[in-house]
Amino acid sequence: MKLILVRQNPLNLKKNKLKFSIKVTLKKDVLDPQGKVIQQTLKNMGIGTLESLRQGKYFEIEINENNETKARNKIEDMCKKLLVNLIIEDFEISKN
Amino acid sequence: MNSSIIVFPGSNCDRDIAVTLEKLKFKNTMVWHKDTALPKSDLIIIPGGFSYGDYLRSGAIAAKSNILNEVIKAANDGCLVLGICNGFQILTETGLLKGILLKNKNLKFLGKDIYVKAINTDNKFCNKYKKNQVLKLNIAHNEGNYFTSLDNLKELEDNNLIPFKYCDEKGNIKEEDNPNGSLNNIAGIFNCKKNILGIMPHPERMVDQLISGDDGVNLFTSLLN
Repeated sequence: MKLILVRQNPLNLKKNKLKFSIKVTLKKDVLDPQGKVIQQTLKNMGIGTLESLRQGKYFEIEINENNETKARNKIEDMCKKLLVNLIIEDFEISKN
Repeated sequence: MNSSIIVFPGSNCDRDIAVTLEKLKFKNTMVWHKDTALPKSDLIIIPGGFSYGDYLRSGAIAAKSNILNEVIKAANDGCLVLGICNGFQILTETGLLKGILLKNKNLKFLGKDIYVKAINTDNKFCNKYKKNQVLKLNIAHNEGNYFTSLDNLKELEDNNLIPFKYCDEKGNIKEEDNPNGSLNNIAGIFNCKKNILGIMPHPERMVDQLISGDDGVNLFTSLLN
């Protein structure tokens, strides 16, 4: 059997592909009961200096675009239409 | 009356609702989420369950399905729409109802009988109930904690857009009897035209005195009125 080794680009970046990450966090005044339980567990584990903890979501997106502004606009659209519920969540887009 | 029940992968209360509607002589059709047209409907019901496994947020994926585009159009044209449990979550995700259903305050899935008070009965869905009647219904949800902006909450209260609130057996609305942490003990809300209702409790589970009680049946008979 012949093995064919394909050298993979570790970042999986092609010329016309842009990669972004999106951080979704709960708005300040929205209760985060899961975060509270995690915080309490860490405190119970002896981490006494822990001040506060809130849980969020993280997305990694690759998009076939050359133009960063265009890509960013598309990602913002995705966030507003599906990924984020703006009543309770905020988001932050950053380019990788 | 012609009714349509929308079925998603993960819906699990659709057939209970169909049995109820058929018993009450509605002409009902089951509509698959991938369909792109609705049959002629006076009433559309979005059932409970775990559409798309509750991925992303409960109801978020279902809200973008083919058939929901048609439901949104019909709802905006005045068709009656009822979302129960996951159906309520889907309606908030489409924006047809304001607000969102967050995780229950104690983080537990709740499956039990509770009491709600019919506060506003002057509408298509509740006219067979007496004002302030206490109903025993069943809840089964993980995300039933209704949340919205203070402005919208005021709008809901001021315009009588809250038909049901969680209460005790005698009808007292207190925080202790709020199972999930919902704002103002809200168990269901209307849109401003009152043709769209979202509720967390399951009226379709309470339609037979012999099985579990029949406090839910009038929600459906009201529609025939």
